[in-house]
Amino acid sequence: MDWVNAIVQGTLLGGLYALFAAGLSLIFGVMRLVNIAHGDLIVLAAYLGLTVVMATGLHPLLALVFVVPTMATIGYILQRGILNFTLGDDLLPPLLVTFGLSVIIQNGLLEMYSADPQKMNAGALETASFAMGSLSLGVLPVLTFAIAVVVIAGLQWMFYHTAIGRAFRAVSDNQDIAQLMGLNKRHIFGLAMALALGVTAIAGILLGIRTSFDPSVGGGRLIFGFEAVIIGGLGNLWGTLAGGVILGVAQTIGAKIDPGWQILAGHIAFLIVLAVRPQGLFPRVSG
Amino acid sequence: MTDPILQIAGLNAYYKDFQALYSLEMHLMQGEVLAIIGANGAGKTTLMRAISGLMANGADQVRYRGQPIGALRADQVAMLGIAVVPEGRQLFPSLSVEENLLIGGRMGRKGPWSLNSVFDLFPILKECRAVPSTSLSGGQQQMVAIGRALMSNPDLILFDEISLGLAPVIIKSIYDALPVIVSEGMSAMIVEQDISKALSVSDRAYCLQEGRVSLESTSADVSRAAISQAYFGIA
Repeated sequence: MDWVNAIVQGTLLGGLYALFAAGLSLIFGVMRLVNIAHGDLIVLAAYLGLTVVMATGLHPLLALVFVVPTMATIGYILQRGILNFTLGDDLLPPLLVTFGLSVIIQNGLLEMYSADPQKMNAGALETASFAMGSLSLGVLPVLTFAIAVVVIAGLQWMFYHTAIGRAFRAVSDNQDIAQLMGLNKRHIFGLAMALALGVTAIAGILLGIRTSFDPSVGGGRLIFGFEAVIIGGLGNLWGTLAGGVILGVAQTIGAKIDPGWQILAGHIAFLIVLAVRPQGLFPRVSG
Repeated sequence: MTDPILQIAGLNAYYKDFQALYSLEMHLMQGEVLAIIGANGAGKTTLMRAISGLMANGADQVRYRGQPIGALRADQVAMLGIAVVPEGRQLFPSLSVEENLLIGGRMGRKGPWSLNSVFDLFPILKECRAVPSTSLSGGQQQMVAIGRALMSNPDLILFDEISLGLAPVIIKSIYDALPVIVSEGMSAMIVEQDISKALSVSDRAYCLQEGRVSLESTSADVSRAAISQAYFGIA
């Protein structure tokens, strides 16, 4: 029964990892940009949430009303102001620039909020649980997983059933020809980054409710996000959710064997997938 | 009919150190169908890229309805009503046939062309509207590419090598559709290696040779000898 419990808790944890990964997956899918600062942007969103909660006394989940649009705006400006200039045939400039951005965000947060671990207080939600059979499920992890499913379903729907989704896919397929259709790729990229950071905002708030955070934890979130994307297969959002779940389950099973093995087990699962199926479990079927 | 819809003056184009076009002079009248012929490497596709904005030029080197557009981005040029049927079709592989057409029509310019009128022109596309665009045959893909350009209801449409790699019977059916397309008063520029096809559908023709205009003539009057002189540079 303990093992079933570990698998269920790991699955729920995977929802959070999928939210870390969804933004990464989206940005890479639309503009082939690998965003090294993604983890730090998640942490930035958590700090923004903390600031809103402290200033207004709102519940952290309600702070999303402010944090999501703020992060989306930051995303659009960041893309139009900086990142668009790094995109081209060479993959190195965006890597270097987002790495620099990561350093800047970490140190900026350190300067403003100090290195003390912070946490958002979500009141009774944090400890509430319900019984399902002999398992006891936390309301917060279940809510996180449900949000991840809704976000990914929403992104999937947007990509395949709306005009902006069509534009994202067209620009991703062929930037030149998309321009001939009157699509300004700089603007489309800005919108994609805004959308990605909107999702990142949700991930950041849920992270900040679940655990304590400090300015240095972004790197770890980036790794989890990357691993979920790679395990699931690039360019497939449902695959990203599956990747997050596999990573989460591997971690909780590792922790069950020995508490020190939690992170290691996740990395091992990732390496096994990378060795056996480098294209990921569910790669996008491309024409 | 007095002012040209497109005026190209002193157009130079470069790929790094290589000069592909040398102070090109060219014009296209409203409602006219122009053929651009020339051998491989003569600069035909470069000319398309320069007009459509995929290559940046001096602003005054390309004028559209009197307005300098040489320095505009491709999406800005498209907004003005210039559509391109690119060489090699270049459909969006992750979009279905219908989605490829819809993205062509996303600018919402007014005119006779819509999903239904494109399906009337190429009925086969209606049957396969939901399939991925890359699963079609080459000829059907070319129809999608033409439909996609028409969906923006352009005033000027550029066809780049639309017969390339297609079976003769398909080429014929595509060229048969051209008069229908330009009958609405649309101006067209047809870049083509198939000289007789290009001349048969056009009003006037330019021949390019090594980045320069080597011949300008009305399509009906041009002689074979003059073309081979202009095409190959030998008498």
